[in-house]
Amino acid sequence: MTDPEATRHGPGRILILVYGVFALAATSRAGVQIATKFDDAPLAYILSAVAAVIYCAATFALARATKVSRLVATVAILVELVGVVSIGAFSYAVPDDFPDATVWSHFGQGYGFVPLVLPVLGLLWLRRTS
Amino acid sequence: MFEPLTWTLVALSLAAMVFAILLAARDRRINWTLLGILGVVEAGMLAQLVVGIVQFAGVDRDVSGPFFFGYLIGSLLILPLGALWALAESSRWGAGALAVACLVIPILELRLHEIWMA
Repeated sequence: MTDPEATRHGPGRILILVYGVFALAATSRAGVQIATKFDDAPLAYILSAVAAVIYCAATFALARATKVSRLVATVAILVELVGVVSIGAFSYAVPDDFPDATVWSHFGQGYGFVPLVLPVLGLLWLRRTS
Repeated sequence: MFEPLTWTLVALSLAAMVFAILLAARDRRINWTLLGILGVVEAGMLAQLVVGIVQFAGVDRDVSGPFFFGYLIGSLLILPLGALWALAESSRWGAGALAVACLVIPILELRLHEIWMA
């Protein structure tokens, strides 16, 4: 059994920093959308808020790096992966429901597709350090 | 926005990123020179916030206030938090993480520029 703390060291340092940036970006974006124009696209903005919560959870769980928090991180990142793939697909299929982006719309195109790559790297890193 | 300041911040943070990558490549930790450059960038972004407040008050175009100030204020958090996070790492990955934080600044500056010009 390796040390769960390994999660936050080495390359994990960069991974968690990127997660933190997305936690900040998604939270601010959802906050602005919900506070200023919620009625324009309630579904998209609620999903925006869900994404924000997931990014925050993944960031803190990865950074905490205990046995339990690694489990929390794994679940959060799996939800993130399902989220970005399904919201990404939906935003192409029914563009009218997504007038302006959540972080996950169009597979994270507005964010250089980083939201699509990040959960894959996250899961690989969790497996590598287990 | 005062464009020369925006582009100076972009250039300085990219230079800091290259510096951080070089430190990581040579297996070094973050040093005071790098933190000094980042301090200058941070001070520049504080000045930018002041300029932003003044110019926003006088703008006659339709600039999105919440997004504009969200970016102005949010950008101030990246480098201090990134530096603390990087300093707590004893390996080269600390400098690597700070390089990524440096890269975030030009991206935010470009977005800010777009929001202002919209």
